[in-house]
Amino acid sequence: MPEGPPDRPRLIYRHRLVTRLWHWINAIALLIMVGSGLMIFNAHPRLYWGQYGANFDHAWLELPRFPGWVTIPSYYSLAGARHWHFFFALVLAFGLLVYLLWSLANGHILRDLRIRARELGPRHLWKDFKDHLALRFHDPEDPRAYNIFQKLAYVGTLFVLLPGVILSGLALSPGMDAAWPWLTAMFGGRQSARSVHFIAMGAILVFLLVHLTLVLLAGPINELRSMITGWWRVPAEKQP
Amino acid sequence: MILTRRNLLVGGAAGLLTGCDRFTDSPVLASAEEAHRFLQRSIGRGSLATEFRPEQRSPIFRVNGTHHPNTPEYNIWAGTGFADWRLKVGGMVARPMQLTLAQLQHMPQRAQITRHDCVEGWSAIGKWQGPQLATILNAAGLSPQARYIVFHCADRYGDGGYYESIDLIDAFHPQTILAWALNDRRLDVGHGAPLRLRVERQLGYKQAKYLVGIEAVASLAGIGKGKGGTWEDMSGYQWYAGI
Repeated sequence: MPEGPPDRPRLIYRHRLVTRLWHWINAIALLIMVGSGLMIFNAHPRLYWGQYGANFDHAWLELPRFPGWVTIPSYYSLAGARHWHFFFALVLAFGLLVYLLWSLANGHILRDLRIRARELGPRHLWKDFKDHLALRFHDPEDPRAYNIFQKLAYVGTLFVLLPGVILSGLALSPGMDAAWPWLTAMFGGRQSARSVHFIAMGAILVFLLVHLTLVLLAGPINELRSMITGWWRVPAEKQP
Repeated sequence: MILTRRNLLVGGAAGLLTGCDRFTDSPVLASAEEAHRFLQRSIGRGSLATEFRPEQRSPIFRVNGTHHPNTPEYNIWAGTGFADWRLKVGGMVARPMQLTLAQLQHMPQRAQITRHDCVEGWSAIGKWQGPQLATILNAAGLSPQARYIVFHCADRYGDGGYYESIDLIDAFHPQTILAWALNDRRLDVGHGAPLRLRVERQLGYKQAKYLVGIEAVASLAGIGKGKGGTWEDMSGYQWYAGI
């Protein structure tokens, strides 16, 4: 068999400026929200279900305080953590709102993130699962397209976890509870909203862990460059 | 030390977080308080805090902050069932007043079962009763120049007496009452006897206990350290505690 010359690396423009900008703003905001949120949690490290919940009530979760190297600030300061949290809450919430509206307008959501029925078929899911185990993340026919697990992770984070963590956080504010009582009621009360807020934060951390792992497996330099410059090198796919 | 990628990542992240410490007191971060107040007031200036049914109350309403003021003056009042206690109403008002507990109890009353939200994260639901603050302010004749109502308390905290303050939107809010009863009984010492503020759309540290005076002012600058309340002065808590 004749051996052709090695293919020139093919670069495609994968991430638009809005996507890249939001990605990094959001990454910073999320890290600060988690760090300052854990410090706020440290002030009363017990979680309850329902409208009320304090020391004499049953807590479904009680944790030791989070250590200083994961909290913002690193020393105990509920007031300081609240300043961080409420500043970056605005960045997180309005950043997401602008990004989602923009991505709807420029077609990003419908073109790249829309989940098609055939992608959810068991045969497709199984094939994609086996591809993941073999570290094949891209369809050689259409390398720009996200695979189904990627779509599910991004859609779940963009439309469930991030809105969920923002809305459950809003439901904790007594001023918001008065202005929008339906919001706190939707979560089943303020203490339930506080539990949901914590669980959603945990789920976002799981997403982050999987996301970073896959960036490392898929080639961190190429992936990082694509999220900074927008340009992504199509990897030479291993043959199945 | 071997510098692995993992060490670099973990160390880098921890370094970043610790590096945050020096920005904690930045006025830029603190400015978010004003943004939240503006947003909340924009969507619900006159909105009412959620009220609950009697069976939704907390079985035990925990005591927080001062458990007993334990000053000589307070102990004398408490010894006589607060018969000699007076609430001084002053500052920028046309008619300064001194009100007895009986007078406050005979004004038109409001009872409300509301949720008390502590800044630390816990909540307790209880029934509060007392006259609306608006009734008292109207009786005293608030000066048009007054912008804030300051609440002076009998308990010592830090350098002086505990104090708090609210703006006139919250002062004239229908659920803002001076409560003398919790769950149909007169306030006990732990919960702020004989009288405490309930400003239901804000956090627990605004709910000043052991009231001895309310003062109408045009500015918070001359009071305490000028930030509008004991916790605001001592620890940098937000003055607007609707968040």
